[in-house]
Amino acid sequence: MTRKIEFSASHLYHNPGFSPEENRRIFGKCNNPHGHGHNYTLEVTVAGEPDPVTGMVLDLKELKEILEREVMQRMDHRHLNYEVPELAGQIPTSENIARVIWQLLEPKITHGKLHRVRLYESPDLFADCYRNGAGGADKP
Amino acid sequence: MSGALKIELGRRYHFAASHRLHSPHLTEEENWRVFGKCNNPYGHGHNYVLEVSLSGEVDPATGMIANLGDLDAFVEREILEDFDHKSLNEDVPAFRDKVPTTENLCIEIFHRLKTFPKAKLERIRVQETGNNSFEYAGDNLEGNRT
Repeated sequence: MTRKIEFSASHLYHNPGFSPEENRRIFGKCNNPHGHGHNYTLEVTVAGEPDPVTGMVLDLKELKEILEREVMQRMDHRHLNYEVPELAGQIPTSENIARVIWQLLEPKITHGKLHRVRLYESPDLFADCYRNGAGGADKP
Repeated sequence: MSGALKIELGRRYHFAASHRLHSPHLTEEENWRVFGKCNNPYGHGHNYVLEVSLSGEVDPATGMIANLGDLDAFVEREILEDFDHKSLNEDVPAFRDKVPTTENLCIEIFHRLKTFPKAKLERIRVQETGNNSFEYAGDNLEGNRT
């Protein structure tokens, strides 16, 4: 089962170990010191056997609450560089945000198993996170 | 929890191209029967969407599997310059003697992109219309994705 949520956040790409010229060359306009923002779309896929009584892998209400608590409250209308401790010291690329979201969600999902986290930064750019051996990103 | 976390980068590109599905090994009637309106001798076109999936280590210095500028320039040079606003049958040598179905288009695109030097090409997906899409992963078979 897959649940989709949307959140809006700002970020910028800057590595203090690089010179200003390197930062501009590598990160381009994403290096603007005042930051910029995106409407992120997150797809969370949980796999498992449907419960014989309820017919559900995981109660959608429970998943919604987990996503609200772990993702929305942490990231929605926040600056990802400064307000999300889990991303501290990391460049907040889609790759790194997807991995952080995975790490936040995996221990909270007690029915079924987290199968894939897909984070869209824009309709044409996204990152997938999953566990090796789980069958690949596109085969939930 | 077994297995390490794996991250993939997905990027979509858009191109518009025309094609005609026609095999010289079939008669006119057979071509019409097999390919239907896609056999129209004057061809027709689609807005294709190409989805490229890459994997690799996320560089801690940049947070990236591959720099998007490098990937975009590579796809522009290898795919979009040759395919966008072109006739696949007439303008792409690979389709002079191969039917430019989206299955064959996937294979051609995969082979062009697998030489991307900065990350591993996992698979590509080509959407021919909103209702038809095709995927190709080369030798990256399902069972080998470990």
